[in-house]
Amino acid sequence: MKTLVFVEQAEGKIKSTSLEAVCYAKLMGGEVTAVALGTVDATALGDVGRYGAVKILHASDAKLDHPVIQVFASVLIQAMEQEGCDNLVLANSSLGTPVAAKVAVRLSASFASNVVELPDTSSGFVVKRSIYTGKAFATVGMTATKKVITIKKNAAALKESGSPVSVTAFAPKLDDKDFNTKIVSTEKASTAISLPEADIVVSGGRGMKGPEHWAILEELAATLGAATGCSKPVSDMGWRPHHEHVGQTGVKVAPQLYIAVGISGAIQHLAGVNASKCIVVINKDADAPFFKAADYGIVGDAFEVVPKLTSALKAAK
Amino acid sequence: MKILVCISHVPDTTSKINFIDNNTKFDTSGVQFIIGPYDDYALARAIELKETSGAAVTVLNVGLAETEPTIRKALAIGADDAIRVNADPTDSFFVATQIAQNASGYDLILMGRESIDFNSGVVHAMVAEILGIPAVSPVMKLDIDGTKVKMEREIEGGKELVEASLPLVAGCQEPIAEWKIPNMRGIMSARTKPLKVVEPKAADGFVKGQKFELPPPKGAVQMIAADQVGELVAKLKNEAKVL
Repeated sequence: MKTLVFVEQAEGKIKSTSLEAVCYAKLMGGEVTAVALGTVDATALGDVGRYGAVKILHASDAKLDHPVIQVFASVLIQAMEQEGCDNLVLANSSLGTPVAAKVAVRLSASFASNVVELPDTSSGFVVKRSIYTGKAFATVGMTATKKVITIKKNAAALKESGSPVSVTAFAPKLDDKDFNTKIVSTEKASTAISLPEADIVVSGGRGMKGPEHWAILEELAATLGAATGCSKPVSDMGWRPHHEHVGQTGVKVAPQLYIAVGISGAIQHLAGVNASKCIVVINKDADAPFFKAADYGIVGDAFEVVPKLTSALKAAK
Repeated sequence: MKILVCISHVPDTTSKINFIDNNTKFDTSGVQFIIGPYDDYALARAIELKETSGAAVTVLNVGLAETEPTIRKALAIGADDAIRVNADPTDSFFVATQIAQNASGYDLILMGRESIDFNSGVVHAMVAEILGIPAVSPVMKLDIDGTKVKMEREIEGGKELVEASLPLVAGCQEPIAEWKIPNMRGIMSARTKPLKVVEPKAADGFVKGQKFELPPPKGAVQMIAADQVGELVAKLKNEAKVL
């Protein structure tokens, strides 16, 4: 069995969720080849070998720097054919998931997204996927020879199991017809940590009383190396940008630690955070429903508790 | 211009999720079904385009007869007519095949970024792949200028400005438009708007649903006094082991 893993980059570095995808493919068994597209830091790419890839392909054409879904799907299929891979594994993302879907249709492959653990191959090939926005799971049999899987964060632990591998140049055919969408411009927040990938998330809700009070959450986040998120009302009111909105209709996160400050815990918000390993809730209202979904809770004024928590964390370092 | 809006028929976002028949079936008792929230945004944008540029809006759902009240609601919101593909939506590829089968003649195919029941988030990409046209998702803003479509797409930590030509498939999310609530006139007129029922085309997605399960119950919360944040730090470190 041979598996191809598409490793995504952000500012030239390989995303940690993609490294998890490499670990996942390695644990599936068989030989893992990774492929990266566009300009990527060569050392970072070679390091993908540490996570279990035995071969790394790199198509460095600058035309691939702005990811066009149709183009990436065609390129990944060429890589699978060239390497004789039956399986494709990717991390769920705004790029990876639609690319995976296109590959699956074109190859008449079985497809599963949001996969949360390794396949059960005791009888066929059965994966477990997250459904109902994290409120349940479904086990699904994948019956075709070719399989395309996108995994949710934490489907496999990030673990080194090998050593760096030299990178092989890969020159796929790029068809002009495939460039059917044009990326005019990209705006990205300057913060280094992206919300879906973060291991720690600090989120604020209406209890923060206004955007001018976010500094205390940002300081807590900076101390923890965390990303910042928010509840839906906060992004609706324009206090924070939409890409920080965590919840049913926003970003779904799966960090090790989720700290919610001044968020009451509406069921729609919980749907975005229920995959978190540990949840801390800080709220003035002892009856806030979020406490029922929390591991640790503090009833108190955010403006007093948060700075104290930041100092305690700094002291504990 | 002709717009096709694909809607899913899903449990309300506050529904308690349970399974019956040895965990092989979703328990619909006491559950209210709604237009998928993301699909509702797509529908709202389509109705805006109808109001501003006179587009004709058709809604499509892949579902059995029980989804008709949800389809009528979309008609009450302002869609002109509807298609129901008479089949249980078993997997993304199956649904995408039915949409593609009924999409000829439409300039713009809108739907939500994902359904909130199975969350695959790929039907738009699959429809586009079958039809050989571009797909963009998740779209937060969509404007049409002739045959050119200008969109804002959300990406991790930011957004992209994307342009493509019609025909096109877009997976929508907020804040593309405000949800619309049907008024009395809309509800009355929806009763007589055409709703065509068509039979499905065979399509094998090579996946077979087996069983459902619920996550293990969460343990009780440990409360910590507001002046004891040091204790919280210690517990996060030593007990939860997340620091």
